Amino acid sequence: MTSLPEEQSKTRLGLVIDLDICVGCHACAVNCKEWNSSGYHAPMTDKDPYGHDPLGVWFNRIHTFEETSEAGQRTVHFPKSCLHCEDAPCVTVCPTGASYKRSEDGIVLVDESKCIGCKLCSWACPYGAREFDDDAGVMKKCTLCVDRIYNENLDSETRLPACVSTCPASARHFGDFADPNSNVSKLVKERGGYDLMPEMKCSPTNKYLPPRPRRDEQAAVGSSPRRLEEAKPEGGFLGWIDDLLSE
Amino acid sequence: MKDGTVRYIDGNPNHPVNKGVLCGKGSAGIMTLNSPARLTNPLRRVGPRGSGEFEEVSWEEAIETAKKWLQNIRSTDPRKLAFFTGRDQSQGLTSWWAQQFGTPNYAAHGGFCSVNMAAAGLYTIGSAFWEFGEPDWELTRFFMMFGVAEDHDSNPIKMGLGHLKTHGGKFVSVNPVRTGYSAIADEWIGITPGTDGLFVFALIHELLRAGKVDANYLSRYTNASWLVYDEPGTVDHGLFVRDPDGNPQCWDRETGELTNPLLNGSKPALKGNYMTPDNRTTKPAFVLLAERYLDAQYSPDAVAERTGVPAVTIKRLAVEIAEVAFEQEIEIDVPWVDWVGRHHSKMIGRPVSMHAMRGISAHSNGFHTCRAIHVLQILLGSIDVPGGMRYKAPYPKGLDSLPKPTGKREDVRPNTPLPGPHLGFVRSPEDLLVDAEGNPQRIDKAFSWDAPMSAHGLMHMVTTNAWQGDPFKIDTLFYYMANMAWNSAMNTTDTINMFTDKDDEGEYKIPHIIYSDAFYSEMVPYADLILPDTTYLERYDCISLLDRPICDADGAADSIRHPVVQPDRNVRPFQDVLIDLGARLGLEGLVNEDGTAKYPNGYKEYMVLHERKPGIGPLAGWRGADGSKIGCGEPNLDQLNKYIDNQCFWRHELDPDQRYFKNVNANYLNFAKNMGFVASSKPIILQVYAEELQTFRLAADGHGSIKVPEKNRDRIKNYFDPLPIWYPPFEDIIEGVDEYPMHAITQRPMAMYHSWGSQNAWLRQIHGENRLYISRERAGSLGLSDDEWAWVSSRNGRIKVQVRLMDGVNPNTVWTWNAIGKRSGAWNLKEGGREAKSSFLMNHLIDELLPEQPCGYRFTNSDPVTGQAAWYDLRVRVERADQTGPKETFPQFPPLAPKTKVSERVDISRFGESFRAGQGND
Repeated sequence: MTSLPEEQSKTRLGLVIDLDICVGCHACAVNCKEWNSSGYHAPMTDKDPYGHDPLGVWFNRIHTFEETSEAGQRTVHFPKSCLHCEDAPCVTVCPTGASYKRSEDGIVLVDESKCIGCKLCSWACPYGAREFDDDAGVMKKCTLCVDRIYNENLDSETRLPACVSTCPASARHFGDFADPNSNVSKLVKERGGYDLMPEMKCSPTNKYLPPRPRRDEQAAVGSSPRRLEEAKPEGGFLGWIDDLLSE
Repeated sequence: MKDGTVRYIDGNPNHPVNKGVLCGKGSAGIMTLNSPARLTNPLRRVGPRGSGEFEEVSWEEAIETAKKWLQNIRSTDPRKLAFFTGRDQSQGLTSWWAQQFGTPNYAAHGGFCSVNMAAAGLYTIGSAFWEFGEPDWELTRFFMMFGVAEDHDSNPIKMGLGHLKTHGGKFVSVNPVRTGYSAIADEWIGITPGTDGLFVFALIHELLRAGKVDANYLSRYTNASWLVYDEPGTVDHGLFVRDPDGNPQCWDRETGELTNPLLNGSKPALKGNYMTPDNRTTKPAFVLLAERYLDAQYSPDAVAERTGVPAVTIKRLAVEIAEVAFEQEIEIDVPWVDWVGRHHSKMIGRPVSMHAMRGISAHSNGFHTCRAIHVLQILLGSIDVPGGMRYKAPYPKGLDSLPKPTGKREDVRPNTPLPGPHLGFVRSPEDLLVDAEGNPQRIDKAFSWDAPMSAHGLMHMVTTNAWQGDPFKIDTLFYYMANMAWNSAMNTTDTINMFTDKDDEGEYKIPHIIYSDAFYSEMVPYADLILPDTTYLERYDCISLLDRPICDADGAADSIRHPVVQPDRNVRPFQDVLIDLGARLGLEGLVNEDGTAKYPNGYKEYMVLHERKPGIGPLAGWRGADGSKIGCGEPNLDQLNKYIDNQCFWRHELDPDQRYFKNVNANYLNFAKNMGFVASSKPIILQVYAEELQTFRLAADGHGSIKVPEKNRDRIKNYFDPLPIWYPPFEDIIEGVDEYPMHAITQRPMAMYHSWGSQNAWLRQIHGENRLYISRERAGSLGLSDDEWAWVSSRNGRIKVQVRLMDGVNPNTVWTWNAIGKRSGAWNLKEGGREAKSSFLMNHLIDELLPEQPCGYRFTNSDPVTGQAAWYDLRVRVERADQTGPKETFPQFPPLAPKTKVSERVDISRFGESFRAGQGND
């Protein structure tokens, strides 16, 4: 079994995902696959890519579902990738040390050279965030684009995870959760960012921002119906219009 | 790039449109570049059509074969060529080529895409949504989006919505389906398809009732004050009163006389009725407008049931719109000057904006509904003002800057170019392309009485009309990048049969078919000659101001592509082939005086040297011999290098005082004239009342020398109203419609591009099959549960599908993703895959023709004004199928697997493996 770092790292890198503005376009998922196809875990193998049941490795998948609550019904686009947990069961369950959490920045990685493909980690992960490449026989996963965020061949503004960099709606944010003044810490504070499935006690680093309250008929229920007041009746048909004309 | 191979496609942060982001399709470009469906060689058919039996031929032989067919046509009757292209980012070249050839039969795909949006916009505000307009994302506070819109302008809209919501603006989505953008709307209005016009009229009704309109804006910048003759039965009833110089007239509130409303100092009246000096009765257009929409039939209560939108909601939305428009007025401290020299110290804005695309467009009432949305924006004073809907260069354009259609009988002569462009904007019946009896002159019947304002042609009617020989027979059908034997055709099953149908002599009814595509689509096996194109990463392209550019509201821009890799197979860019073919045919403009080819180096040479008018060419940047001019200037031999040095685009930012009120802004209009965007710097007055439409109605009433054919007369009278009208979509009023109680629509998933996405190894993992989505309530009453099989019937046939239940859909509507269904074996996918067996096209249910008229004639299933294909008018019946039947969708067709060589199909893709050794970015 593999140990987690003994102390919480001074830097805790992760993502904030804004469910208020994610439109479910899959841009992040595909750019992730594209970047990682030549990255740390390359290749992102696709089995039977043109056949009946194509099955590929994706580190980031978008789930779309409908939800009904007191506030009414909504359609939710829910992107999901490794949440780089503080208490990562995928690490502690690993028999070889292949699955590990970096002490310097909290990123959870798999060292393929040590991976024996036993899949215990994918069973242990409550989020289903691990991806087994059965062609290579090893487990793969989101690296938070570790080969991008520290890559000095790239412009400093490009040193972001591919999913964050490409998101058209700006629904994805990257930063250091250990720093209370970072962009991600502030967003979590301002918008009530929450843990996914806290009952699993994994202390995920990534946070989700809940959708903002709707401003629709359902929200208006209880207040009195609103309607524009009639324009003044004097002056015949359209009698009001001259009052509006200033020239 | 890594060792000559594309490794990663990234967004460019400096690019004016995408600003560094990429959509899913863009990121998956590598898999399109490596698609197994890529054609590898020119092909000539040897077996029967549809058999897929081809022989490989050399490019020389392929082009000479095409030349032989086309030369014969050109020297005898150019009408016998029909050239239609699905891809229109090369329309600048293809349209000009067709013009040089001399055939009247040319258009791109706009007729079955969104011509309603283009035409309604151009005739109303001199511009249109999307390509030529965008919401003021920075400043808008209330944004209303109508209909399916995920498929156009997608990254800017995603960026805009993200910004709008993050900054507290309200986003209302009016859409029968709550997916995609609608999912994040502050308010989702699940309207019944085809009733958006009524919803908009009810909003207008409320605003007028309350006097919540921008009267000064209406008076200055629109034709609301222009006087209209109000004398039914007279020859000029419904036309504008004009002075002897043709200027419109208004009633001046101060002088009590008729005057030109466009002059400085005039005080136009917006109410009342007035007698002209020669005793004619007139009213300002605004009075006609107010009379119409204040009528009780457009009150929220009256439209609630039909639209499916509660009256209380409509009334509240009207309140919210009025509050944002008139109580959250924006002032920008930028002085500007209007067309008569009036100085304005500020730019005043009303931060309400709207956007609409195919959900409005693809109905037979879409032209008028789109006009209604623009009229709503105009009444609020929110066109091209801070916070409103903004123009994008080269628009706005007045009708005087837009061509009329060319292609009358006398314009078409052997071995002679057409004297003007095919597509244009008619002003009156005189501009129609019809003969003395009123018969159409184009194979698609565009610009005829069937669809007078068909500014983009009717590509969806070409196969049917060519097969029927109506209005005439053709010899060669030439399609480019349009899957007309599958998802781009209405009535797909019958359309396939038209390609193979033979006459009594055993000859194909459509004698020759030439097709150019990069991929083995469903259309390929039905062509006689295949000209294989490259992918977009292997060729030059220009995204031109002459076509559909990349401008934004603050700047004019265009861009190029240049090849990043060379093709690994015997294919050529279609533009190069077209230029070569044109030169071999000796087309004017493509050969020098001595007959030699003018652009022997193909499209990249044409992009630089071609001049449409003196000084105006495909690219606007770095013109002039030394590259110092923009817009207008002599060709610059170094132009492409300048583009490449500047990351492949050119952009000119407008001065702050040119950025709003462009239609009436002297500094902007002068700039636009110098750039060649507009013919003059005259103001472009917003047309709440479209006089052009009335000229057709007068002809239908028997006025003037041009006679409307009997069969068209009522349509013209009914649908050429100069003010926006609403009528039920045609399928709603067809006899027997009660048997088909539900509306059926499609939408394009954000991660797919029409049929092209399914050949992409990554994208087909996202959308590999489609279902028919239906409301839980309706499914419950039909006894259907998730993934069960159902029959869906229309008056045109039936399909068998699997259903998926959902909450966020209008209860009278079913829908599915477009173009996921594939014919087995096409696109070099394995036979019998899920795109073929568990996916489907809705197209089989949609007739391209309306039922027979009493006279036996069948009109196109299109908007009667513009000819826009009415895909979304479809009415269906859904029934639970016998669940023990075959577990596959119906209809199924014989597999189309390529019998000639296409690109390699791998069973396992380890793309990227070779890059892994060298970590890091090159």
